[in-house]
Amino acid sequence: MLVDCFQIDKGDNVATLLQDASEAEELSVRGDALQKLIRTVQPIRAGHKVAVRRIRQDEQIIKYGSVIGVATQPIAQGEWVHLHNCRSLYDTRSSSLDLESGARQETRYA
Amino acid sequence: MPEALWQGYLRSDGRKGIRNLLLVVYTVQCAQFVAHQVASGEPDTHVIGFPGCYDNEYAIRLLLALARHPNVGAVLAIGLGCEYTQPARIADVVRQSGRPTASFFIQEHGGTTESIAYGKDLLAKLRAEAADVSRVPMGWSDLMVGCECGGSDGTSGLAGNPVVGRFYDWLVDHGGTAIFEETVEMIGLRDQLANRASSVEARRQIEQTYDKAERYCRSVRQYSVSPGNFAGGLTTIEEKSLGAVAKSGTRSIQGVIRVSEQPHGPGLWLMDSVPDETFMQFGYTNPNDTEGIMDLISAGSHIVLFVTGRGSVIGSPIAPLIKVTGNSRTYEKMKGDIDFNAGCVLDGSRTLDEAAYELSQLIASTAAGTPTKPERLGHREYFIMYKHQNTPSLELGCHA
Repeated sequence: MLVDCFQIDKGDNVATLLQDASEAEELSVRGDALQKLIRTVQPIRAGHKVAVRRIRQDEQIIKYGSVIGVATQPIAQGEWVHLHNCRSLYDTRSSSLDLESGARQETRYA
Repeated sequence: MPEALWQGYLRSDGRKGIRNLLLVVYTVQCAQFVAHQVASGEPDTHVIGFPGCYDNEYAIRLLLALARHPNVGAVLAIGLGCEYTQPARIADVVRQSGRPTASFFIQEHGGTTESIAYGKDLLAKLRAEAADVSRVPMGWSDLMVGCECGGSDGTSGLAGNPVVGRFYDWLVDHGGTAIFEETVEMIGLRDQLANRASSVEARRQIEQTYDKAERYCRSVRQYSVSPGNFAGGLTTIEEKSLGAVAKSGTRSIQGVIRVSEQPHGPGLWLMDSVPDETFMQFGYTNPNDTEGIMDLISAGSHIVLFVTGRGSVIGSPIAPLIKVTGNSRTYEKMKGDIDFNAGCVLDGSRTLDEAAYELSQLIASTAAGTPTKPERLGHREYFIMYKHQNTPSLELGCHA
């Protein structure tokens, strides 16, 4: 079964998953994009982003037709785009957060 | 969107309300229990209050703006007796607005039991007086709506906020007033916002407001993005900003208002709730969703739309909260709390226009008196805190 993802603007290089996808699952890219299919290279959860094309290191990540950050490493088509490979141009701390929970790792609870 | 018509309540300042509520206002944390007990079991009575003993102009302005909100018919102010904020002064201002009002100090009426009984008596008298209000027809051009988002996930920027944005466009086209805020969630969008200014002055205000928000975030090293946002799939503040600003729609921005300040005319307005730089440095901006909702109500919003992705169970006093989600799973899980599912845009069962039309019907019916889900559940969370904003004199600044 195809998993849906939503690309907002034609110029975007990422799309948002509407359901969870497992590894090597086929995604149907809907929204403003020309309808097309891509295959995930790893599991990606709903609400998270997938690269709809190859992105070079230091290339801008585009969503809503606008810059949402910069690639910190090369990203393949079908790869999960998140804190581990995309950094904010403003918030210098976001890249050091826990990848799964988003929680700050330096906060002490003891 | 067709014209809507319902019966409102005419206030002596000419504004019209969609509810005729009684409001209990307490002036220090020590009076909080008595205030809530006075209102307990009275479905038409809401409570707000300021916990601090030392007064704060920002908080007083907010209390006065909320006490004279068009949805409020009468006000009872309750203090302990030794705090700085004065219930009698609040009652004076409310009386000048043409509303029935009363105030007292707990220390002058005995303890908890005596004060609750006295407060209940006053409330009954205020209710009788508040019932004597003229009904008047209202439509879209009389309506002011605010929008806040919280617990955002990947769907908020795709469906929840864009549906509100489309409704905002229509409301503004019908002569109504729409407010959006959360300037710390506009980081990265300086030019996009400034280019929507309706005048040179509006552009200057937007740029100044944006720059302050960015300075604020840099100096406190805290951007308005939470662990839940990241876990839900948002990666950067820029991404969250784009999704958040989608709720403002596409129309031009008339200018910037501050907390407790009414918009200076119809159309779309940006609210600045970020503290100004002061001797205490910045302080915190919107520490939680409820604080932001209070800000929107202080400007006179009749209804506040709250867009959530991951789900939320809050409500608001004074102005009904309509909860919207772009996440169909969240809607199914929290059906008892969430009023509107904009997730239909993502599963392809509705276009953006169709969803916005259905939302407008829900808003019109809420304005006509149908309670929203948070109203029915009795949710009336409020939050008023110490903050500093440079504003005109108290009198000018609190005409909301």
